[in-house]
Amino acid sequence: MRLDLLSTLNAERAARRAAILITDMASGEQRLVREVEVRDDPLAVELEERLRSGKSGLLEVEGRQLFLTVQAPPVKLVVIGAVHISQALAPMAQGLGLDVTIVDPRTAFASPERFPDVRLLAAWPDEALPRVGLDRYTAMAALTHDPKIDDPALMAALQAGCFYVGALGSKKTHARRVERLTAAGVSATEIGRIHAPIGLDIGAVSPAEIALSILAEVVATLRTDRRPR
Amino acid sequence: MRSTDADILATAESWRRAGRGVALATVVETWGSAPRPVGSHLIVDQEGRFLGSVSGGCVEGAVISEAVEVIAGGKPRLLEFGVADETAWQVGLSCGGRIKVYVEPID
Repeated sequence: MRLDLLSTLNAERAARRAAILITDMASGEQRLVREVEVRDDPLAVELEERLRSGKSGLLEVEGRQLFLTVQAPPVKLVVIGAVHISQALAPMAQGLGLDVTIVDPRTAFASPERFPDVRLLAAWPDEALPRVGLDRYTAMAALTHDPKIDDPALMAALQAGCFYVGALGSKKTHARRVERLTAAGVSATEIGRIHAPIGLDIGAVSPAEIALSILAEVVATLRTDRRPR
Repeated sequence: MRSTDADILATAESWRRAGRGVALATVVETWGSAPRPVGSHLIVDQEGRFLGSVSGGCVEGAVISEAVEVIAGGKPRLLEFGVADETAWQVGLSCGGRIKVYVEPID
């Protein structure tokens, strides 16, 4: 691989943009297609499919064997609420390789003693989220139970096209949330993207079990039905 | 963390910029129960120092010695490992899978 190609690939990753390196297996010839260039590429259909799945692999085109190295940005997890579940969730998510940020304006909750090894923003979502930078490689879990904190964060996540948006709370709590978001002008389709009650139904009881169910749902969404927008 | 495949590519760039000869090995195809997925990377320098993994340890040794030759020769190679090649390579995948690894120099 030419050093300048490798360098561009690394720069795209650092800027959190996807890119695909195409290698001709017979000739060794290579080219790099950046996310913005995919649409106009002769292999657009195949490349878009690859970006969706995030999977590298071989592709046969007119008798030539091409290898596609798909580089998707590292997945971010933004947790709204420095609560008990978040304390279990943060280290487990980091173990999965997720880039974790916790947002909570309540400084009693968002203290470094409670969250020693994770990025912590003691600010309201409206102020914190632009600093985090939400995108379609971001998952959000809203866990405060407090509409003043959760609702604006959820709306920002839906608007940014986050691949996973989940909210803690019972069906009844969610029904009231749907009413509030509808009144705030969020469409039914967008609201339908919210995973609520949050997490896979594994009968989770303890904070760590709930964290596991949330992370399992995040991974399932990432790997099986991520819809880029 | 220096464990993800993209971190490995960043390290390959810094090794090369520091003047080291570097080869990049990539898993391009797998059959059966291969230990590392397609797209996994291993980087090797001219001294045989390496980072990353293409097989979780099973065939790394063989890939590294091929990679050192690729750095010297400057031409990419396609390697294939599996149970059937055990005698040829003196290595094999204990899990019974087969993998193809593309090894290329960083110029």
